[in-house]
Amino acid sequence: MIKHLLSGGDLDADTATEILDTAAEMATVAGREIKKLPALRGRTVVNLFYEDSTRTRISFEAAAKRLSADVINFSAKGSSVTKGESLKDTALTLQAMGADAVVVRHPASGAPHRLANWVDGSVVNAGDGTHEHPTQALLDAYTMRSRLGRLAGLSVAVVGDVLHSRVARSNVLLLTTLGAKVTLVGPPTLIPVDIAGALAPGTDVSYDLDSVLPNVDVVMMLRVQRERMNDSYFPSAREYARRYGLDGPRMRRLPEHAIVMHPGPMNRGMEITPEVADSRRSTIVEQVTNGVSVRMAVLYLLLGGNNR
Amino acid sequence: MAYPPAARPSPPRQPSVKVILASADVQRVVDRIAHQILEKTQGAADTVLLGIPTRGTPLARRLAERISTFEDVVVPVGVLDITLYRDDLRRHATRAVGPTELPSGGIDGKRVILVDDVLFSGRTVRAALDALNDVGRPASVQLAVLVDRGHRELPIRADYVGKNIPTSLAESVKVTLAEVDGVDEVKLYGGATS
Repeated sequence: MIKHLLSGGDLDADTATEILDTAAEMATVAGREIKKLPALRGRTVVNLFYEDSTRTRISFEAAAKRLSADVINFSAKGSSVTKGESLKDTALTLQAMGADAVVVRHPASGAPHRLANWVDGSVVNAGDGTHEHPTQALLDAYTMRSRLGRLAGLSVAVVGDVLHSRVARSNVLLLTTLGAKVTLVGPPTLIPVDIAGALAPGTDVSYDLDSVLPNVDVVMMLRVQRERMNDSYFPSAREYARRYGLDGPRMRRLPEHAIVMHPGPMNRGMEITPEVADSRRSTIVEQVTNGVSVRMAVLYLLLGGNNR
Repeated sequence: MAYPPAARPSPPRQPSVKVILASADVQRVVDRIAHQILEKTQGAADTVLLGIPTRGTPLARRLAERISTFEDVVVPVGVLDITLYRDDLRRHATRAVGPTELPSGGIDGKRVILVDDVLFSGRTVRAALDALNDVGRPASVQLAVLVDRGHRELPIRADYVGKNIPTSLAESVKVTLAEVDGVDEVKLYGGATS
């Protein structure tokens, strides 16, 4: 097993499948009266969040607690970071407190990679800038597998703000490893030139959502990340919604079995309409539930044994 | 200058292997345990058999099958994975987690009989008791094993024993079952060669 989980590309097909299989077992715990396993008793997991997050932080916290680990939550707001402490000094402080794993979210791409060189414990990337978010890709893969029964051969459209999306990057890497075919869809201004070749050869790019929809098994809508947009990438929100938003009529162009995913938080009315988000095809709530199981599996596989 | 004579290589020692139970013996032993369960539980009502993977699982299925042949009662069978409850998790590379499958009727208020192939230190059974505690509240818990090889490290004993095999710690006992390994056998490896 690997020591850190920094990128969707860190995982080979066997390891990724092991995580998904383990997650399936962890999911059974959620149905029990006692939702607790003793596997990580006495281990300390630090949630180091330099960026706002609801579901990822809570999901990691629930996962660590269900495995009986001790959880320390750190958010940059209200910490010494506001006094100017650097990431490295914060990391050394955590190291001195004996953190066995650090779950880190940071606005700078690559921050978890730097952190992995400074601490002895395992580092899990919970989202770094516009770079990667591997546990989100794992929970997306888990959701697709549980809904559609397989990953190999699936056709997945990732639609929207690919430029700023760490979810898209991790998903392209992981899904390609697991045998799915990914098509990136969005306005040309929001799809980096040659991203497909740089991430995973075999990935397609399209600027026309309507032509892609009839041939996919999964459509994954990305949030339009206005907080990261310094320029205008499209003329207006209405035009974006019109061309790249998933609404009822577009959803009905999908094959009968196809599912609609969204990593959350959603801009309802922008990239997805309420009709789609609340439809039978939508897996958005399932994704949150599955997130806890997948993160339990990741924490167990990184920390459960003696992998030094 | 005289060198001491080189040590003569001793002939390669064949590790000794002894078959303790052959295929037919294993079947007879399973039959006997099934009878003992019926006798001790007065007909195996409200009883659930839970196999501990890997080889406890097929053993539990066989016991249930024999019990239904002998007395025409259906005993629910389940699987109890104990990986996450082991006390040696941190001494090994991460272990793969297997499925736990409880019978549809659950285990609350039932007599649960844990089934495993070899009883040795007792640590597996301790982990199984902990796991059981998290999935329900049985009325009572019993233990059935194919082989008891001694050397307990915890105060645990089996209610049903197929075969007691006195061993030294240098020896190892290997149970193979048709469902998992292709053949039913109990073998003793190592120890004194004489």
